[in-house]
Amino acid sequence: MKTRIYVTLKNGVLDPQGKAIHHALEGLGFSGVEDVRQGKYIEIEHADGVTDADLEAMCRKLLANTVIENYRIERA
Amino acid sequence: MKSAVIVFPGSNCDRDLAVAIEEVTGRAPTMLWHRETELPEGTDLIAVPGGFSYGDYLRSGAMAARSPVMQAVAKAAERGVPVLGVCNGFQVLTEAGLLPGALMRNAGLSFVCRPVALTVENSQSIFTSRYDAGEKITIPVAHHDGNYTADAETLDRLEGEGRIAFRYAESVNGSARNIAGIVNQAGNVLGMMPHPERMIGPEHGGVDGRRLFEGLLEAVA
Repeated sequence: MKTRIYVTLKNGVLDPQGKAIHHALEGLGFSGVEDVRQGKYIEIEHADGVTDADLEAMCRKLLANTVIENYRIERA
Repeated sequence: MKSAVIVFPGSNCDRDLAVAIEEVTGRAPTMLWHRETELPEGTDLIAVPGGFSYGDYLRSGAMAARSPVMQAVAKAAERGVPVLGVCNGFQVLTEAGLLPGALMRNAGLSFVCRPVALTVENSQSIFTSRYDAGEKITIPVAHHDGNYTADAETLDRLEGEGRIAFRYAESVNGSARNIAGIVNQAGNVLGMMPHPERMIGPEHGGVDGRRLFEGLLEAVA
């Protein structure tokens, strides 16, 4: 089965890349863009026996740096 | 002094560090591949070099921090063995939890590669004992992810406990409170973005990095 993991910067952590993307969107003439934050999307194919706790541990130990990032797990 | 330089796939300043250590201490370090699970007996300095370990995949330093050798490094650090992390080595040490905070993309988004002015904030550590507090030195940086960040409480604690070893004396990468290098609570682990190993002889354009290694030699001997 497949699980989707979204890793995003915590509120308050500056995101220079998101800012650059924001400026580029404005440069292309898109108006009304108020803020852009860049994150990561990770897909994991795994056996049915992998538990929610296992997925949590994967996020905490490697996939996200919890000093600066949050994560969200979506099991299919 | 018996030192070890850790080598990850993608490290590229491991040789520079080894040359600097050998020149100052008179003894070549053991080069330790990331799959090793133990340090050589009696290692009294561990250096984690700059570079792009694991191609900076996921986050700079993230994969290297979980490699087998880092468990041995963490154990040695806990026993008080001095650990020096330079550039990617600093990123690895934060990802491994040996130092607080994280290093994010430079605020200007550019890779910054030039000598920069630093202020030595604390001359009490084993890494900075050969400098004067408040002294201005010049050491080169070469990084894309050197923008140090931590929550305000952590930053206050680092300042309050005198754990900021070096600050940028000019605008470099957007680092919180201009932090260029910090030590852990016990004072035996230093992470810094600038490269002291690239400033140890006149042929480098200066010798301001040399005293860091001289101080370590003195502390360990």
